[in-house]
Amino acid sequence: MTPANRLRALFLTPAAAVMLATLGVPLAIVATYSFLSRGAYGGVEIPWTQENYTRLLDPLYGGIFLRSAWISLLATVGCLVLAFPLALFIARSGARKNLYLALVILPFWTSFLIRLYAWMFLLRDTGLINTALEALGVIHAPLPMLYNEGAVLLGLIYGYLPFAVLPLYATLERQDPALLDAAADLGATPVHALFRITIPLSMPGIWAAAILVFVPCVGTYIVSDLLGGSKTVLIGNLVQNQFTSSRDWPFGAAASLVLIGAAIGMLLLMRKSREELL
Amino acid sequence: MDAVLELANVSKAFATHKAVDDVSFAIPRGAFFSLLGPSGCGKTTTLRLVAGFEAPTVGEIRLNGERIDLLPPYQRNVNTVFQSYALFPHLTVQGNVEFGLRNKSKDANPAADKVRRVLEQLELSGKEARKPSELSGGEKQRVALARALVLSPEVLLLDEPLSALDPQLRQQVRAELRDLQKKTGVTFLFVTHDQEEALSLSDTLAVMRAGRVEQMGAPQELYRKPRTKFVAAFLGDINWISGVGVRPEAIRITRGAEPGSKMAVVSATSFLGPSAHVTTTIEDGTRVTVQVPSSDGPYAAQETVYLSWSATDELRDLK
Ligand SMILES: Nc1ncnc2c1ncn2[C@@H]1O[C@H](COP(=O)(O)OP(=O)(O)OP(=O)(O)O)[C@@H](O)[C@H]1O
Ligand SMILES: [Mg+2]
Repeated sequence: MTPANRLRALFLTPAAAVMLATLGVPLAIVATYSFLSRGAYGGVEIPWTQENYTRLLDPLYGGIFLRSAWISLLATVGCLVLAFPLALFIARSGARKNLYLALVILPFWTSFLIRLYAWMFLLRDTGLINTALEALGVIHAPLPMLYNEGAVLLGLIYGYLPFAVLPLYATLERQDPALLDAAADLGATPVHALFRITIPLSMPGIWAAAILVFVPCVGTYIVSDLLGGSKTVLIGNLVQNQFTSSRDWPFGAAASLVLIGAAIGMLLLMRKSREELL
Repeated sequence: MDAVLELANVSKAFATHKAVDDVSFAIPRGAFFSLLGPSGCGKTTTLRLVAGFEAPTVGEIRLNGERIDLLPPYQRNVNTVFQSYALFPHLTVQGNVEFGLRNKSKDANPAADKVRRVLEQLELSGKEARKPSELSGGEKQRVALARALVLSPEVLLLDEPLSALDPQLRQQVRAELRDLQKKTGVTFLFVTHDQEEALSLSDTLAVMRAGRVEQMGAPQELYRKPRTKFVAAFLGDINWISGVGVRPEAIRITRGAEPGSKMAVVSATSFLGPSAHVTTTIEDGTRVTVQVPSSDGPYAAQETVYLSWSATDELRDLK
């Protein structure tokens, strides 16, 4: 090893150790559990089996996977569409940038759970919005705004919007403002410049934002649990149920491993399409 | 005079600071016009006013007799070569050069032979597929020129386009720039703080100071007949002897006294290649620099010499 390499190894060791202990070991445990049998009161038992995986081939579960991917995709697109103008606005607001960024991050100071309860309070049949609309005479029966896929999508977009704003802001803020002067100088209207300069140069940030939103959305269970009611079961809920009410740890382990595999697969696919694009 | 670009009493204030203060000039079609001045005197701001990135606080800007100061940049038929070039990093050389043409036409392949001709003219043929990050400084500069020239602007605005190049390349590119201007016949509005650049390139030169045009004219005229001490000093080295300006190259140095010559003591000599500067001190204590061919001398420190110059070389009555 050259001295530089040795130094690099030295600096990487703590991080690698933490990753191994907190990610590698639990993953190994999960992988092991997924090939064992279900214990009567939770937990796992011998004998070894592949049955947990063959069970996942049931179209019922395939449907759940597809629905999770679809909702996550919608949430990702929604977050990008909302976050891009916001990030652009922040990146171009000069001295106020830091204030606006702080406002974007502000919700993180309250638990996500509590913020979801706040949404329930707003959306439910006897919630603020329905009560207000009824009092105003706009509607006569409450609008069904909670416990459906729309509510889940809203919750996902709301929850993960900051994860899209931050990487988009980072790329937009770095862009040389002289490029926009140059574009205008060469006859590009502001709209042309947006589509031919600003957005193409933001592609790395757009991909980063998409991944940061999509991956946690696929695995989420809180949002669908609270806002989706019993109707909307996503993979996250499936996995969670196996470890709680269903007490089927091996099946939950298998489902979560397949989820991880699918997420990695999608990341690789995204990377490939991105390489082809750029 | 057929003026292509005219500025009439243009001022631009940022808050209370007047970056451009009552500037007026007219540029004849096909001329190489330079704005010269020290850092912060308002050269870039003047250029940005013409390009449309800033709006004048007062005054009018006319292109071919029509007011343009209220138009957005993308509707003005002038183009800019930016100091840092501002090439689009995600586009190839070809893409950069086609950018402006695509804005003008809905055509997918706009004026292919126009692009090819400009690339040829700027010796960029064969580099069409490169990204800006894969170009040398000189090549980037030529892409910036090509990108603007392909649109056949009424006036090409150049903001210190040579300053990012290393000194050797700068000399060469300077000559090429002059040739290019003559060949294309495009009117150049060129900004620089390098007096040598301005003197060697320009048909007409405006010296700016603190937002105002101090003097305007042909390079020789400004160099020989500056109206102010500032212009005299900015365009070249000058000695102030008893309130009169004398350029170092106008002074003759002799070892023997001549009628009307002044006695001086040499303090140092600096070698500049083809010439040398001899620093002397005359009797009243004034320092006088004399330019001599470097084959002259050598003049030793403390040596007594005699300085003389013709009265016609004296710059008198400067403000
Ligand atoms: N956007 C702005 N806001 C406030 N002041 C500005 C702005 N742009 C320029 N100025 C000020 O206006 C004055 C002229 O600036 P300008 O950039 O035109 O100078 P310059 O002659 O191009 O100088 P340099 O040779 O250093 O490029 C400076 O004092 C500068 O600080
Ligand atoms: Mg400048």
